[in-house]
Amino acid sequence: MSRVLVAMSGGVDSSVAAALLVRSGYDVTGVTMKLWDGVSDRGCCSVRDVEDARRVARRLGIDHYVFNFTEEFENTVVLPYVTEHTLGRTPNPCIDCNRHLKFGKLLERARQLGFDKVATGHYARVIESSPSRFSLYRGVDQEKDQSYVLSVLTQSQLAYCLFPLGDMTKSQARDIASTLGLCTANKPDSQDVCFITDQEGREGFLSRRMDLHPGEVVEVATGRRLGNVPALELITVGQRKGIVKGADGKRRYVLRVDIPARQVLVGQADEVGVSRIDLTSLSFVEEPVPPGTEVLVQVSAHGFVTKGCFLGDSVVFEGRHRRVAPGQTVALYDGSRVLGAGLAKSSP
Amino acid sequence: MLAYLDHAATSPMRPEAERAMLDAVHEHIGNPSGLHSVARKAAMALDEAREVMAASLGGSPSEIVFTSGGTESDNLAIFGAHSARPGTVLCSAIEHHAVLASASSIGARVIPVGRDGVVDLFALERMIDASVSIVSVMLVNNETGIIQPIDEIAEILRKRAPSAVLHTDAVAAFPFLDVAKAARSADLVSISAHKFGGPQGVGALLVRQGTSIAPLFRGGGQERGLRSGTHNMAGILAMAAAASATVAQREESVRTVGRLRDRLADELLSRVDGAVETGNRTNKVVSNCHLCFPGAESEAILFLADRNGVCASAGSACSSGAMQSSHVLAAMGLEGEVAKGAVRFSLGWNTSEEEVELAISVIPGVVEQARSRSMQKAG
Repeated sequence: MSRVLVAMSGGVDSSVAAALLVRSGYDVTGVTMKLWDGVSDRGCCSVRDVEDARRVARRLGIDHYVFNFTEEFENTVVLPYVTEHTLGRTPNPCIDCNRHLKFGKLLERARQLGFDKVATGHYARVIESSPSRFSLYRGVDQEKDQSYVLSVLTQSQLAYCLFPLGDMTKSQARDIASTLGLCTANKPDSQDVCFITDQEGREGFLSRRMDLHPGEVVEVATGRRLGNVPALELITVGQRKGIVKGADGKRRYVLRVDIPARQVLVGQADEVGVSRIDLTSLSFVEEPVPPGTEVLVQVSAHGFVTKGCFLGDSVVFEGRHRRVAPGQTVALYDGSRVLGAGLAKSSP
Repeated sequence: MLAYLDHAATSPMRPEAERAMLDAVHEHIGNPSGLHSVARKAAMALDEAREVMAASLGGSPSEIVFTSGGTESDNLAIFGAHSARPGTVLCSAIEHHAVLASASSIGARVIPVGRDGVVDLFALERMIDASVSIVSVMLVNNETGIIQPIDEIAEILRKRAPSAVLHTDAVAAFPFLDVAKAARSADLVSISAHKFGGPQGVGALLVRQGTSIAPLFRGGGQERGLRSGTHNMAGILAMAAAASATVAQREESVRTVGRLRDRLADELLSRVDGAVETGNRTNKVVSNCHLCFPGAESEAILFLADRNGVCASAGSACSSGAMQSSHVLAAMGLEGEVAKGAVRFSLGWNTSEEEVELAISVIPGVVEQARSRSMQKAG
């Protein structure tokens, strides 16, 4: 019988994942990762969430442990999150957490402890398409699909992954949770960054960790200074909120953040579009994707997809694609199969 | 079979304590603060328990304050002494969180320890002056088992800050150390019942005559006004029974448990490559076997040990159940790879040879597995 370590955050999805594995006859052990020492009001770090996970484990009759990965989380998720902001980029800490914690440190620990697989409550599907070759597909619930945040995974990780919720919808999962009487059945979904509290917000958090600098807002087309922003590092490419309007009274959008020059470069709506996104840090789920391949491109967790052509270190579009903030993950798909992912570089 | 080697976290109840607890529940149903016969019977039992505790701690019955355990005793000592006489508070870097958190909340300065895990007396001499009102240094460290030089610290206080109060957390000391003697120069002494075979949720603070402290709780004025609240009769009587058994058997169990600890430590040190013992064994309580296994992580070792029937511990557990990295080892300058692989095996009054043998047979393989980082398919 296969031994599975299921990562239980204390939320409904991972609770149901554990329940389904128990029902399928796996030898299941639950674990909650303690990732954050500071104050947190969501995610998997509060004592309440650990207690919820433990209650579910008790209900399911499985063992439950807590692993302390605060040091790894600080080094591979929180520090890079701060550093990226100092460079004027827009990081995705959830993807880093998947890569380095859930399918990094936890996977390594699980293997060390003799587990065959690690399971999570992600809505995505792993299919062994041929012996020892694993494909990653979108979850069948189009609303909840989480393949985007898993698009950085590779064969050496997918070989040990189980996503029991990939074939069901969120409402089916909630139904299972209430049928089984799991205390997490009605818990709201977690959102946003788990180590930042609602109270302090991104600005409050970052200002404790780094210096935020004021910057001037400059219109690219005219070179004219339109105004100022209080914290350059909090500005995201594509943003229009908090940006002053142009002389014509129309909205301006952020095209680029130039940290060394302390400038936010803005333009009109039609300038936000680009025909190419340059990529760095590319990884592929299976084989490297050959240049010239037609792909579907997704640039945010629940964003829509756009047809494009992968060129090896960029994707190009027939029409225009909304400018992507540097540091954001760009996931590439073939239909509903994930091909790989890269990080957006700054667009000129 | 299970090897329970986590007595420093909590020790199973002694039969004497269990009997006393049941007796209390059945026989002493009154509130000792009352006037009628049933209450007076309870009050007599309480007095008796107080005498036992006083004798075991080397004080007089009127110096005993019953509390809800080690944490309350430590809080009462620190905050109680501080509100009675505000001033500079000093505590060692290796204190239990019950002292460390209390003392730092009132701006305590931290006395460093040496690499040997012993409080740095030279540093203390430099830090101390007449403005110091409280010094808190534990008698035995709960993680490493290392004994602290309380008499020498008291001597320094006598010379440099004669009016300062000396508190010692003797929670980890009591099971295998004669606290009456070892803590004789302290003004305030904390203990907790469940570390020596009594129940959880009860403890005591010895408040040496002439030491003034203010209470934490106000109310009915029990315990000479120092600890209001109805007495936990079953807990107190059981603690007294456990204390009296502990004291009576201490000499003998120091020998037997010491032998078991030595065997466990020696065997593991010889069977596991690179294993290091924390602290100098001659300056430790006999129940403590604290080892570091560089190249492995405590959590992985503990998980695998647990799966093989060996219960041990590392650092201190936080409220979520996760292991926290040890502030004690960090204070000793033990960091990185070595500290990451720290494991505390702690023996107790009923530890058997079989338990120790099980640990000896299981742990080397466990450490080897916890050290493996290979990605070949795990069995």
